[in-house]
Amino acid sequence: MNTTTGAMNSSAFSPAHHAPRLLSGWCSTGATATLVEHLRRYGPPALGTRTSPMSVVEAVEAAGLTGRGGAGFPTGRKLRAVAERGGRAVVVVNAMESEPASLKDEFLLTVAPHLVLDGAVLAATVVGADIVHVCLPRTRAVQFGQLRAALDERRSARLDPVRLRLHALPHTYVSSESTSLVRWLNGGPARPQGSPPRTHERGVARRPTLVSNTETFAHLALIARYGADWFRQAGTPDEPGTLLVTVSGAVAAPGVLETAFGTPLDVILDRAGGRTESLQALLLGGLGGTWLPAEHLRVPLARRELAPLGAAPGAGVLVALPRAACGLSETARMLAYLAADGAGQCGPCRFGLPAVAEDFAALAAGRSDPDRLSRLRRRVGLLPDRGACRHPDGAARLAASALRAFADDIDHHLTQGACAAAHRPPRIPVPPAVPPETWR
Amino acid sequence: MTPATPVTSAKTLRIDRIACTGQGLCGELLPELIDLDEWGYPIVKDRAVPDHLRAHARRAAAACPLLALHLDAGRT
Repeated sequence: MNTTTGAMNSSAFSPAHHAPRLLSGWCSTGATATLVEHLRRYGPPALGTRTSPMSVVEAVEAAGLTGRGGAGFPTGRKLRAVAERGGRAVVVVNAMESEPASLKDEFLLTVAPHLVLDGAVLAATVVGADIVHVCLPRTRAVQFGQLRAALDERRSARLDPVRLRLHALPHTYVSSESTSLVRWLNGGPARPQGSPPRTHERGVARRPTLVSNTETFAHLALIARYGADWFRQAGTPDEPGTLLVTVSGAVAAPGVLETAFGTPLDVILDRAGGRTESLQALLLGGLGGTWLPAEHLRVPLARRELAPLGAAPGAGVLVALPRAACGLSETARMLAYLAADGAGQCGPCRFGLPAVAEDFAALAAGRSDPDRLSRLRRRVGLLPDRGACRHPDGAARLAASALRAFADDIDHHLTQGACAAAHRPPRIPVPPAVPPETWR
Repeated sequence: MTPATPVTSAKTLRIDRIACTGQGLCGELLPELIDLDEWGYPIVKDRAVPDHLRAHARRAAAACPLLALHLDAGRT
């Protein structure tokens, strides 16, 4: 895996950035934690000092842990909702990480698999589940083997009171949506399902189901051990704790880092080796995220400060776009991929998003005109809130933010044709815009 | 005694986005609350159904050939 981590250099930390938590083992050893090492470091994955399952829920609520998959939903509330349904529940670890620019879940599972699994087993104990499903993309065969070995270690040690099952799902952009996992585990296609019923009410095998992101479970495991006050020592009062970020693009040491919420974006770029070129913009949140013009790079990675800019921390993806690149062309390729990789179940993904991608490609190629641009704006405005999942909403966010961030380029492309950079090779890797081979 | 709110329960529109194939009947029958996009898929202007449009909304839901338009009890 081409993952470096600036977190290895502990001298790079100032108090504002806080010491790594999830990656602390990796930072001190530089190797994957075996079960023996993991247990030596953290002790057994029991409820620890918490006396009852609900006290873990209370600790998670007091800690203010939010989901690290992108949406940022309060984890305590999710745990409580499933726990209060009663009956046998199911826990699903979402390790699908379909965002092409994100590597953090894969990295975390590689270096600290037992921290994630501990958290999932704890969550199962809390919500009354007897099984944990770990869902990985089928494309990550090596990781599948590593995790199978990790599960074998735990089975031999008779560590867990619940069953753990590993699954390899088709890897598409929308197969990481929580209802896609539920649908696939129930024998169907890995495509999003509209609600109701909601997953926490009736999910896998019609049982109350908790689906959470890989990293969220690892934080949960540490909160159960060290408590809410410890967790809140990093981050901001509104958004406590640390998060994993994946930094790529025009930085010297792209890779996965652990940082506290509230860390300024340019500090994160510095910790990823610093910029290799003058930057034009930063893509925050991945392909369903927001282009931030370079003048906003001092903004902290925090929901409250990013909201006025139309952005959010999301799943911690930062892509640095150099000034020498064409933002419109880069965005056009992203939209083409998002359009091709959607589930194609709802109107916006069947027609709206492909039309937006086509309009955007014309704009990037210098084949657009003011009428087509206003049609593009209208079509982008009609994508959100009209699908069974949030795929079109994310694509609309990307397109709308590109139209804002690259407004000067748009003028150039409309009046003088595509800029010189549009003819050069793309700078940001995007998967090919072809429909998924299978949903099953 | 005069109740502050109408005694009849409020209704909201819900569209099953996966079932919907953009036939556009809902927009024809309930233009007050539903617009159509250029492909015939509904754009809900207001989910809350005012009392005077309740019969129209019910008729639009019944007319959807995919049964994708639903009237749920309660305001959002």
